[in-house]
Amino acid sequence: MEYSVESRNVSRTFKKGKNEGIEGTVRALDDVSIKIRSGELFGLLGPNGAGKTTLIKIFCTLLLPSKGSAYVGGHDVVKDADSVRRIINMISGGETPGYGILTVNENLWFFSQLYGMRGDIAKGRIKELLEAVGLADQGNTRMNRLSSGMKQRLNVARGFMNDPEVLFLDEPTLGLDVISAKQIRGYIRKWVNTQPQKTVLLTTHYMAEADELCDRVGIIHAGRVVACDTPSNLKDMMKNKTVFQFKVAGESDFTRLNSIKGVVGLSWTHHIESDLSTLKVVLADQAAAPEVESALRQPGSKILSLETPEPTLEDVFIHLVGKGLE
Amino acid sequence: MERNIRTIVARTYVRVVGGFREPSWLIWDTILPMLSLSAYIYVYKVMNAPREFTGFVILGGAMIAFWLNVLWSMAAQLYWEKETGNLEPFLIAPISRMAMLMGMAIGGIFNTTIRALGIVAAGILVFQVEFLVGDPFAALIIFALTMIALYSLGMVFASLFLMYGREAWHTSHLLQEPIYFLSGFYFPVKFLPFWLQVAASAIPVTFGMDAIRRILILGEGFQDVSIHVIVLAAFSVILFLMARWALRYMEQMGRREGRLTLRWQ
Repeated sequence: MEYSVESRNVSRTFKKGKNEGIEGTVRALDDVSIKIRSGELFGLLGPNGAGKTTLIKIFCTLLLPSKGSAYVGGHDVVKDADSVRRIINMISGGETPGYGILTVNENLWFFSQLYGMRGDIAKGRIKELLEAVGLADQGNTRMNRLSSGMKQRLNVARGFMNDPEVLFLDEPTLGLDVISAKQIRGYIRKWVNTQPQKTVLLTTHYMAEADELCDRVGIIHAGRVVACDTPSNLKDMMKNKTVFQFKVAGESDFTRLNSIKGVVGLSWTHHIESDLSTLKVVLADQAAAPEVESALRQPGSKILSLETPEPTLEDVFIHLVGKGLE
Repeated sequence: MERNIRTIVARTYVRVVGGFREPSWLIWDTILPMLSLSAYIYVYKVMNAPREFTGFVILGGAMIAFWLNVLWSMAAQLYWEKETGNLEPFLIAPISRMAMLMGMAIGGIFNTTIRALGIVAAGILVFQVEFLVGDPFAALIIFALTMIALYSLGMVFASLFLMYGREAWHTSHLLQEPIYFLSGFYFPVKFLPFWLQVAASAIPVTFGMDAIRRILILGEGFQDVSIHVIVLAAFSVILFLMARWALRYMEQMGRREGRLTLRWQ
């Protein structure tokens, strides 16, 4: 079967310069092999610096792999970059490409011309996309007068302009408010559902986004794909594990819990103002639970609540990597 | 081909429309250059230089507008596109990089021609410069070839800015004043020592400047500037091909080293 997006043992290293204080190389990707079928919405989930953007840039022909090969639509991204570019587009979250002096309509028209779109076709497409991203009434507004959220939605519209066969979404909802993010996710899902031959590779560090949208998820950490399956199968990996979620007051560092036998991994977030921490502990064995509880009961800290939530993709990540996404 | 033509038109549109939506530049970019041009003109008047030197300076001032547009606007364009997040969408689109830069060049030539005509008009009004147009057709050919050569040079610089970013600013700074001097923007190059004239002949705008002056101020014809036409045509071809090669080479190097879309470098 020919896959829509495929990488075969792709590695990518970057040289560190002398003026960065460290000489040598940084391995951003290490022997990554993934295969994405046509019509699939594939998620790549991992923390910042895991290699997600590096992999997307290789697929989008912005970066050459140091080793291995990559293909999009059956075309080699190194040897046949032009053929790849005809069928792809990319949306990077947090980016707002365009020209401030031009209106929303003019900006989208500009980007449509990079794909050779006729004026009448572009006009119809622009109208459709602006409605989809909630900017229908901003067509004649100059881009430099839009809010940052509106600019990001414009960026999303730009990415769909050429109706690509393969769409790369690099954290597309980064920085968007909850409602806008939900709207964008809804449009992405609808686009894939109504066009079964379209393929999407989405990178994110929001587990809920990956869980909600993706047919399959690859978990990436330190340049390596550590797991790749459907969200439900990945969560099934946790069926022999137990996840405890504590709310703890008066403590902000729980690293010492890693030394307890049976603790597979843990992750926490600390809220400075309230001095409350939300701690997740993944245990290989429930028998370790009392020891964890006992370790948390120390002078100055107090367990406020304890839950055993249903496993999430974050728990899968903690189990595989030993620590959380944050 | 159609895609590249549409790209050229679209990028030209951005430049031209951008220029007209903030038109205050037309006033400042005409009045301020006239101050330094006036200084040269008054020095020549004090020295009792031939009358045509006033016209030489005005035409030099008009040509400086193009040189500065090439050096700072054209050359740095890909760098600014990178900083504003436009470069990635350009590079992943199935278009020729030259098409993108040609759109920028045509838009730049259009806007700068308006600026240059403003300087010439100011020169005529304030200093009563007289033009003896020997051969308008020759003037157009010389102008067109000079622009092709100059903006092809700008595309070569654009490839440097693409890779080296802010470091390339220093190259532009380095080139600005020496080119003012060697190209004869303020005085004819024939007054320079021979070895400097030889150095100046490596710059396309030197030939364009000299030919334009001969045609528009001294009333000479196509026959008198035929060598200039040949040299400028050769410069145009060589620099265009160099720009094409440099862009491909720099882009490939950027993809290999991971610096293509790296910011603040």
